[in-house]
Amino acid sequence: MTEKEMQIQQKQEVRQAGEPTKPEKQYVPAVDIFETAEAVNVLAEMPGVAKEGVEIELENETLTIRGTVVPEEHVGETVLLREFEPGSYLRKFTVAETIDQERIQATMADGVLTLVLPKIAPAKPRRIEVRGI
Amino acid sequence: MAIVRFADQKLFRNPWADFERMRRELDALFQGTGPESGGRGTVFPALNISEDSANIYVRAEIPGVPAGEVEISIEGDTLTIRGERKICTTDEKYSYHRREIECGRFSRAVTLPTKVQVDRIEAKAADGIVTIILPKAEAVKPRQIKVNVG
Repeated sequence: MTEKEMQIQQKQEVRQAGEPTKPEKQYVPAVDIFETAEAVNVLAEMPGVAKEGVEIELENETLTIRGTVVPEEHVGETVLLREFEPGSYLRKFTVAETIDQERIQATMADGVLTLVLPKIAPAKPRRIEVRGI
Repeated sequence: MAIVRFADQKLFRNPWADFERMRRELDALFQGTGPESGGRGTVFPALNISEDSANIYVRAEIPGVPAGEVEISIEGDTLTIRGERKICTTDEKYSYHRREIECGRFSRAVTLPTKVQVDRIEAKAADGIVTIILPKAEAVKPRQIKVNVG
């Protein structure tokens, strides 16, 4: 195969002041953020998170993405190779654009969250005519 | 590695066994490839492999690839997982703020530790994690041996 093959991205653990109470790992999901004229789009990689486990909050321009994993129990299995560990995901962003909170859309497919944050239509420049008396 | 196979065991007790084990574990730690050190390989996707008496379980973390587009093939005792991730949009008119998700083709081959029943392999996908269940061949399954009294 001549093409460059994909590499595994190291999952980064969340570094934060508060310690989590649950003994599970918390990762920073890898994201793509791109902006179009109408919206800010966020793609977040959260393998193992079901649709029900995703929480999205937007408060005071801080966007919080949280994904919780229901840990699977594999009783009686002997581990031969372990390259990933399940854990929850947490990431926060400051969203500078004025976002229309009512129209935020989120979809979860194959472990990737797609968020569309539509911008509030900017106020059209108004020309004020000066009338002579 | 947690698995103990007959061939790994020394016939006589080696007084240095503990030191050797320690050295192996340290090596694994520094290479970052030990099964318990949380080390990751470099080829996508990341795999977790485990076994029980009946099956080998291969779990792959493949977010962003629809279940139907993951190609899984087996040749002898080599399992290959292939596919392509296409979730990235490469449009000039978008302005990117972050680009952390990598796209492109991937393929990863692993050698299975034992023979498997090729026609009974099952695979399922949920939330970006693909689970492949490979039933072990009858010949390598552990067998209970009854002790006859008398």
